[in-house]
Amino acid sequence: MFNTTEIMQTNEMIDSQHLDIRTITMGVSLLDCPHPDISTACENVYNKITRLAANLVKTGEEIEREFGIPIVNARISVTPISLIAAACDTDDYSPFADALDAAARETGVNFIGGFSALVHKGFTVGDKRLISSIPAALSSTERVCASVNVATTKTGINMDAVAQMGAVIKSAADMTAHAGGLACAKLVVFANAVEDNPFMAGAFHGTGEPECVINVGVSGPGVVAHALRTVKGEPFDTVAETIKKTAFRVTRMGQLVAQEASRRLGVPFGIVDLSLAPTPAVGDSVADILEEMGLSRAGVHGTTAALALLNDAVKKGGVMASSHVGGLSGAFIPVSEDAGMIAAVESGVLTLPKLEAMTCVCSVGLDMIAVPGDTDASTISAIIADEAAIGVVNNKTTAVRIIPVPGKDVGDRVEFGGLLGSAPIMPVTAGDSSAFIARGGRIPAPIGSLRN
Amino acid sequence: MRAIVTVIGKDRVGIIANVCTLLAESGANILDISQTILQDYLTMVMLVDTSGCSLPFAELADSLKTRGEEQALSIRIQREDIFEAMHRI
Repeated sequence: MFNTTEIMQTNEMIDSQHLDIRTITMGVSLLDCPHPDISTACENVYNKITRLAANLVKTGEEIEREFGIPIVNARISVTPISLIAAACDTDDYSPFADALDAAARETGVNFIGGFSALVHKGFTVGDKRLISSIPAALSSTERVCASVNVATTKTGINMDAVAQMGAVIKSAADMTAHAGGLACAKLVVFANAVEDNPFMAGAFHGTGEPECVINVGVSGPGVVAHALRTVKGEPFDTVAETIKKTAFRVTRMGQLVAQEASRRLGVPFGIVDLSLAPTPAVGDSVADILEEMGLSRAGVHGTTAALALLNDAVKKGGVMASSHVGGLSGAFIPVSEDAGMIAAVESGVLTLPKLEAMTCVCSVGLDMIAVPGDTDASTISAIIADEAAIGVVNNKTTAVRIIPVPGKDVGDRVEFGGLLGSAPIMPVTAGDSSAFIARGGRIPAPIGSLRN
Repeated sequence: MRAIVTVIGKDRVGIIANVCTLLAESGANILDISQTILQDYLTMVMLVDTSGCSLPFAELADSLKTRGEEQALSIRIQREDIFEAMHRI
């Protein structure tokens, strides 16, 4: 039998350190749904999702009650809609977003991802139509998330797509101006997007994935921060070991839940994503971990090194705990969803340039960043280009989820509510990148991509 | 199915008797008990077998929680697997 200390330690992690399973995400292939008639295609999409995910939320709740571990979200990811909608002769793909939204409501999941296009080397007709439909689709739906992959290490950066995404983000913000540009919080621009990411807003079900799959995202920044409190002042070797042990425990929990969900739903287990995902709740913050290592605030000199150690140790600890690790698997640093990051931005210590440096050593990128509403499209595109370059050259996933909040400026704050949190408006570097973005074309793949 | 019951609360006469009665009423068989008292607080951990249980697991968990709250105790039951996953390789 287990000793009392072990049992109480587990329950304390759950009760006071925010240990939870962040998401059980069901990936659903829609490759058998296309139809030239858009209403038939949308019906196929709705029917397939609601059939396969009918018991997803209920199963999550059952597992939560039996194991006593909170499962915060149940979500669905689907095949990129640009592939499914391409058969329809229409310019507006919003009806697909409506079908996804309706399916999400029917199944009870809080987000559904996959209103997506992969355009890292160029656009198909379907990709073009999907991207131009994004602002309207995200404004008229509640639970649909969109993503566009504009670059990979193998293909380089599609700068035409980068340029277009700046305008799409501006337009999405304007169409949801009443809600602080909320549509942009559901839109991710990726480099090296992964096919099995369970986390929103960037989840989609890749074409290399099976018909249906269960992926699980664990969490636990609070648990890591708490563990580090027991090794105050110790050398980094000890810090890394402590994080590894904690990550191992957290991930084993994720693996257990993933296998149980997979068995009960009769759907294959895909991966466990080892990401440390914060929430706006106090004590559930990645910034707290960095500060626990000895930094007065996240963002001071030393932050990038601290984050690099954290990200690496989480992977090393987690990889042995799970049979299949995938998704993004790294520390997330979303500003609006992390109380410590918000405080760091508000104190003026954490800036966009520092965040950009931090994205070189962790997943995923500039996430949930609110900038002034008058930031022009080419500046947003240039921010995306910088992040894509980091991802492409370093052979890692990077992403940009940025919100130019209409009518707000530096010093203001925007509230999105719930898991999306609230964000102080951050200044962007003054200057003009428009002639750079206007060039278009492709930035070639780096020499490091030629590995064959 | 084996599960772990944890009971936490201010120590007083009859806690173990109460919890054991609750478990017996539901048909859960107690396999092992360990308890510690730190200052005035009791922490009790039980290993139980719920395979002969008359209630579905989730309902048993709810009834233990409710009956515990009535007596100012925290009582929870969790499947053993979660501790196995976390503490054993």
